[in-house]
Amino acid sequence: MSNPNAHLSTVVASGDELLAGGWELVVGLEVHVELATRTKLFSGSPNRFGDAPNSNIDPVTLGLPGALPVLNRTAVELAMRIGLALNCRIQPCIFHRKNYFYPDMPKAYQISQYDLPLNADGHLVLPSGTVVGVERAHLEEDTGKSTHVGGATGRIHGSDYSLIDFNRAGVPLVEIVSRPDIRTSEQAREYVTELRAILEVIGASDAKMEEGSMRVDANVSVHKPGTPFGTRCEIKNVNSIRALGRAIDYEARRQIDIIDTGGEIRQETRHWDDAQGRTHTLRTKEDADDYRYFPEPDLVRLEPTPDWIESVRASLPALPAARREALSALTGYDTRSEAIVVVVERGQHGYVHAVADAGGDPVRALVHVQQAFAEEGSTPRVPASDLAALTVMEQDGKVSATQAKQILATLVDNGGGDPSAIAAAKGFEAMDTSAIETMVAEAIAADPDAWAKYCAGEEKAAGAIVGRVMKASKGKADGKVVAAIMQGRRSAG
Amino acid sequence: MAEQRSHITATDVAKVARLARLDIDAETLVHFTAQLSRVLEHFGDIDALDLVGVDPMTQPYPLVNVLRDDVEQPTLDTAEVLSAAPEAEDHRFRVPPIIGLEG
Amino acid sequence: MPQSASEIARRVRTGETTARSVVEEHLAVISRRDGEINAFNLVTGDSALRAADGIDARVARGEDPGPLAGVPVAVKDNLCTRGVPTTCSSRMLEGWHPPYDATVVQRLSTAGAIMVGKTNLDEFAMGSSTENSAFGPTRNPVDTSRVPGGSSGGSAAAVAAGMASVSLGSDTGGSIRQPAAMCGVVGVKPTYGLVSRLGLVAFASSLDQIGPFAGSVADAALVLEVIAGHDPGDSTSIPQPAPSLVAEVGRGVDGLRIGRVVDLPGGAEPEVEARLEEAFAALVAAGARIVDVALPSFAYALTAYYLLAPAEASSNLARYDGVRYGMRVAAADTNAMYAATRAAGFGDEVKRRIMLGTYALSAGYYDAYYGKALKVRRLIADDFARAYSSCDAILMPTSPVVAFPFGDKVDDPMSMYLCDIYTIPTNLAGHPAMSVPFGLGAHGMPVGIQVLAPTLAESTMFRVGGALEAAGRGA
Repeated sequence: MSNPNAHLSTVVASGDELLAGGWELVVGLEVHVELATRTKLFSGSPNRFGDAPNSNIDPVTLGLPGALPVLNRTAVELAMRIGLALNCRIQPCIFHRKNYFYPDMPKAYQISQYDLPLNADGHLVLPSGTVVGVERAHLEEDTGKSTHVGGATGRIHGSDYSLIDFNRAGVPLVEIVSRPDIRTSEQAREYVTELRAILEVIGASDAKMEEGSMRVDANVSVHKPGTPFGTRCEIKNVNSIRALGRAIDYEARRQIDIIDTGGEIRQETRHWDDAQGRTHTLRTKEDADDYRYFPEPDLVRLEPTPDWIESVRASLPALPAARREALSALTGYDTRSEAIVVVVERGQHGYVHAVADAGGDPVRALVHVQQAFAEEGSTPRVPASDLAALTVMEQDGKVSATQAKQILATLVDNGGGDPSAIAAAKGFEAMDTSAIETMVAEAIAADPDAWAKYCAGEEKAAGAIVGRVMKASKGKADGKVVAAIMQGRRSAG
Repeated sequence: MAEQRSHITATDVAKVARLARLDIDAETLVHFTAQLSRVLEHFGDIDALDLVGVDPMTQPYPLVNVLRDDVEQPTLDTAEVLSAAPEAEDHRFRVPPIIGLEG
Repeated sequence: MPQSASEIARRVRTGETTARSVVEEHLAVISRRDGEINAFNLVTGDSALRAADGIDARVARGEDPGPLAGVPVAVKDNLCTRGVPTTCSSRMLEGWHPPYDATVVQRLSTAGAIMVGKTNLDEFAMGSSTENSAFGPTRNPVDTSRVPGGSSGGSAAAVAAGMASVSLGSDTGGSIRQPAAMCGVVGVKPTYGLVSRLGLVAFASSLDQIGPFAGSVADAALVLEVIAGHDPGDSTSIPQPAPSLVAEVGRGVDGLRIGRVVDLPGGAEPEVEARLEEAFAALVAAGARIVDVALPSFAYALTAYYLLAPAEASSNLARYDGVRYGMRVAAADTNAMYAATRAAGFGDEVKRRIMLGTYALSAGYYDAYYGKALKVRRLIADDFARAYSSCDAILMPTSPVVAFPFGDKVDDPMSMYLCDIYTIPTNLAGHPAMSVPFGLGAHGMPVGIQVLAPTLAESTMFRVGGALEAAGRGA
């Protein structure tokens, strides 16, 4: 539905965003998300993934004669949450019928929104600072699922017949259409990553690309900056964020190659083959459908009132961007730092705050969580007070950073514990500074060349000295203390 | 616009029949084209109306915000539904190969 | 003429008669007459008798089985009936058994009515003569060489022949009122949204409305009271309880202002025009005042309707694709299967309308056809709004012609469509209208006079209808 040619981008690529040959990539994304409702958009059948085929069916789902749709309030409110989270205008709207024949589309029309979507004109600020416009985020129903049987590949071409399961038919979807503001495959990945985080945080969708509850189509074109946008191709079947980046890079390369060799880009829909790492033509614009959109007469106008919108807004939790801000304020790290982005993505920001609240050192807590809690969910099993105690021990110099890491690993393995008891059990009595000073002196005596280089300003040479001290102390010496002693000796001359 | 209206050709009718998934033979096509063009000719009468600024009316009674609670309702019995299907297999509806419809 | 529904219900509730004997009498009329008339696609005799016994048992236990206790009702075969074939008189749905009852069918049953069968119609309710049925035409009980009107011809004929006391039809552009007029019975199209459409097989969703046929205005009011009222299962159902209407029928029209449309499109048969004049005179005699009103866009309603209704129909009937239910013609691939199935399953009139509607919505024509028709629809509604600022109801013929012989118009779509010229505008506006038999026209065939009223003004409409009926009986 988005038309990149009709939109003049406000985003100007910096030089390092340009591709070889001075080409600029232009990407708009259409993201479909299944809403986390109990029932379908227009009927009371369960909206549940993984049930036996054709068990979640009713007259509306199957498009039986005489069946009528009634709109699900929760679906509307989840769609409004998405709209609010994406800074959209929530507006009075209607539903349209999009008419086309396909065996997994029971009524031969999809109830969708057309010229009046529920959410319009929003934007998303990515962690990197890039702003991506959101043209619209509208409600529509999902289709059933076809399985192609027979033939060599199990694919649609060459199959003997197909089998249809309507469990997914009528599941509520929101289609989020970005403006063509994305200039690199990295930004595209970042957009989808951030969008997914938002959808999870606001409880709108579990947003799993692998299960199909979040589906991304990319409109890709290339042009030279300052010239009109090129002809775009729509890339479908992108089933992971990694695949999205690869598909866009491939497609850009393909288009540039065509143009460079004097060819022209055909507007078409292309299928991403992740195994082969390439896209191929699915259908061309020539056989474009005539969807004969018209207002759905079985449904009435949807007019969110200001009170209704405000009550939905009031129920929204803090969004990822706000969470990054808060962690930044707590730790002094930049909101764009990897530690903050990753921890917020995993939903572990609350835990870091809890560690700080328990008296822990926020920076150490953040770094530990980022490095050691990748496998933990948003509520790590290690009690916040245990991690807090560990960071305090580090702060007090009672254990070295290396030792702290080992204690942390034990905490994660055991789901918690008393860090000082673990330290004791491992024999991690911190060495006192004078012992370390002796070891440093011995190390310098053993490798005077390295020391001379270090004193001459060659920082890398410090490694040899530190390595000796570590070896002598069997890892018990705190690397930071060693470094401080060395610096002290050097500046003392 | 008025020109468009009065001349529906056999090609138009054939295209519409394709869109509507209706097989029609050549003879019927000619017959339908004649009938539809007479009907469409009559429909030219509304060109006489000044419709500038008229708000389109899609529904007779202006209701808004008709919503239901997100509560599960009983589903249909899979076996019963599939027994009414022209063809079914493995708890699913069976159709011939899907060609020329992808999207 | 049919037996009175209110009278049947009174006698069954008081034990003066049994529902079983009432149903048996009606089944006997059906077996005597329906071979010729063909009003029914299906007679549900056994289940009707079982239901009758249930009613009688409740009466015996001292329970009240409801306001339509024991009343035999015929149901148009485009209303879903649980476990009972619902064909829409189309090959496409032959053998399909809905897994649910339409809301109206449920409400009739709860009120004690007994369904005796499913009635014939123009396929998917598209037609004005009931000739477009896959199961053969229905004949007019008044003169079996003539059509009963349509599309609810079976329901009109069933009541006119006394095979059912009352019946249900659906009215998208006149499909209740026009056959009621042609068969000499009362037919009511309620305000859009007054009666739930849930379980009505859709023709044109923004125009379709279910309503009753009856032998009297009071019986029609009684049935409408039962089937009207909010249904959360239909998003377009007006959230109001059913109105009280039976009491209005005898209230008279003293002081009411009745609109006469000064710019009504001509073309009605002279006898029809004459009956209309007599109807105005009768209402004046009963104390009403005649007011001239203008409906300048009325004449354009036909075009708007025959663009909008087919457009919606082309979408509503797209679901008949041979995948989930109904018929399928085997083919090598799904696309070919669709086209072959739909070609074999639909009759010519349905195909014409699907093509007309597809065309009106297709790229490049939407604005010229569908979009324009929506605007004309608004003009017509605005016309009515202005007219009703100076009158309470409007009188006009139901049909320009009396029932015509078979084959007269069936291959000339435009002349058939013109039969609906007086009924269509109220569907576009969503207003209520009813046809009341009022004397005879050419060939001794019945003439119906149409009473139109504003949205939700059924009470006014029934007052006027009641007065017309009383005057007609006196005449």
